[in-house]
Amino acid sequence: MFVELKDVSKTFGQFQASKSVSFALRQGALAALLGPSGSGKTTILRMIAGLESPDSGDIILDGQRVNNLEPSKRGIGFVFQSYALFRYMTVYDNIAFGLKAQKTPKAKIKDRIQELLTLIGLEGLGGRYPAQLSGGQKQRVAFARALAPSPRILLLDEPFAAIDAKVRRELRSWLRRMISQLKITSVFVTHDQAEAIEVADQIIVTNQGRVEQTGPPIELYRSPATPFVAQFIGESTLAPNCQNLIGFEKAPPGAHGAIRPEFVHLYSLKEDFQFGQSAQDGRIESLAFRGNELEVSVRVGEISIVTGYSLERPPLAVGDPVKVLIYRLYAFDQGQAVLMANSRLANGGAGYNFHI
Amino acid sequence: MTETTARLVKVPGSKGYRRENPYLRRFLIALSFLFAFLLLALPLLAVLSQAFGNGFQLFWNSLTNFFTLKAMYLTVITTLSAVLANTLFGLAAAWALTRYRFKGQGLMITLIDLPFAISPIIAGLIFILTYGRLGWAYEFFDERGLKIVFATPGVIMATIFVTIPFVAREIIPVLAARGTDEEQAAVLMGAGFFRVFFQVTFPHIRWALLYSVILCAARAMGEFGAVSVVSGHLRGKTNTLPLHIEILYNEHHYREAFAVSAILVITSILILTARSVVERLAKKESGPNVR
Repeated sequence: MFVELKDVSKTFGQFQASKSVSFALRQGALAALLGPSGSGKTTILRMIAGLESPDSGDIILDGQRVNNLEPSKRGIGFVFQSYALFRYMTVYDNIAFGLKAQKTPKAKIKDRIQELLTLIGLEGLGGRYPAQLSGGQKQRVAFARALAPSPRILLLDEPFAAIDAKVRRELRSWLRRMISQLKITSVFVTHDQAEAIEVADQIIVTNQGRVEQTGPPIELYRSPATPFVAQFIGESTLAPNCQNLIGFEKAPPGAHGAIRPEFVHLYSLKEDFQFGQSAQDGRIESLAFRGNELEVSVRVGEISIVTGYSLERPPLAVGDPVKVLIYRLYAFDQGQAVLMANSRLANGGAGYNFHI
Repeated sequence: MTETTARLVKVPGSKGYRRENPYLRRFLIALSFLFAFLLLALPLLAVLSQAFGNGFQLFWNSLTNFFTLKAMYLTVITTLSAVLANTLFGLAAAWALTRYRFKGQGLMITLIDLPFAISPIIAGLIFILTYGRLGWAYEFFDERGLKIVFATPGVIMATIFVTIPFVAREIIPVLAARGTDEEQAAVLMGAGFFRVFFQVTFPHIRWALLYSVILCAARAMGEFGAVSVVSGHLRGKTNTLPLHIEILYNEHHYREAFAVSAILVITSILILTARSVVERLAKKESGPNVR
């Protein structure tokens, strides 16, 4: 494994930022540290870089324990959330800074910077100052500056946070292309699950200083290991006491469940309906048009389930009674998330076209 | 002036324009000018006219007097020492307070402010009680042949004491507002302390530093209270310009007193000019290129 953390803990005063964090990434991985703010993801990134030192545990890069190695000797390129471009230097001097600090010959520096400026598509802008660049351009310069000394690992702290939504989409796919082209092992921090799912091939989910689960995005979505991951990745409705729902009587008593929108099917009472035994009665609470379908919130007992409804089907109105068929849900049992199928469906719901 | 051109003013937070009261406007402007003239400009003019009133030759003679030259020399030495010491201390303290987390940080900030809060006379007495004949540190320095109180070192130390906040106070907010990202980025790329400081940090603080050095110099030059206590008023030895002026005045040498005062007044005006030039340059630079 190329990047490995073993049992790493870190405390700031009274606040425990990392609680025995462990994960491993292979060479060339593009990993996202995903979690809500305050979950300790940036601390993990800064410990890998050497900007913070762990209280205990091992940080291993390319087989070498680096806990006591100076940050500059770790072979790391770091892109700060604020970009931290040197304001009083031109784009050229910004990118050249690391090479100069390493005493690279001048001619070599010039070639390398030309190469990087071409790579990031900012040829001819080497003489500008950071304040004369747009947010997206600054981000690209920060990226080039981090790459200039040819690091082994690229770390990015909330790389898209400071950019407006429209440019963010472009930059995401740009960054993904760049990194897969360069084949550099990269870790980025984000609190946006859509961003992590879209960009990363590995996601490390953090919560309250712990790593909840590590894996490819689809694996986290399909088989969340903990209640937190089940709720944090993807949209879902939380259902307390899920043993009260029809078809889930066998759920552990008092357990909470999480219902994804695609786990639910709505039937208008005007339709033919064959699963009467396995469905609940509900009432439409609200409808919102989402471009290609309706987003529906439906009241079932004490909970409001959110799901989609095709525009091709019989129209619904707020207040309409409907039948709500829940195919499956994640039941949370002692810190584990268990996928349960509706037991009243003879075939376990396999007839339902369920795919992600 | 009978015209009543009430100007339309945009009132922040309101929708429309409001008529500005023309009388209030004139009254406030006139009042400000009156105060500034009576309390600031008029006395300064009086000093200058007194100094030059008896012809330039007399003015020149008062300045080239042996004791005046000595006082000028000591003032220059004291000012340079104070500026140098406070620049070093100010940069070190600002760096430490904004870049590190340590115990006693709050205490340090309070201590830096102490000279602003304390009366200069007391500052002077502190030095007498510490390094004077009855002070606890007297013996230590006396054995090594060092005289502090009633000698140049005391004058310099007292001046440094009263001007300590100037540089640190100016630099701390600039460094704090900048954050440490740029420095951390530089360190990660393998830059050593001097490269980080001179290439990354210094450009951010150079105008604030220059500005604070100018103010520090102005204050150091004019310091009277603390220096008055520790100097012992030894003519030609421990007298700075402000002390020299006082002596001349007390001895009814009004002409000379005003002539020497004129030097301080003119220097102050030059310093104020330098300050506004620096302010303008700093603003210009933070304009289009660098923000």
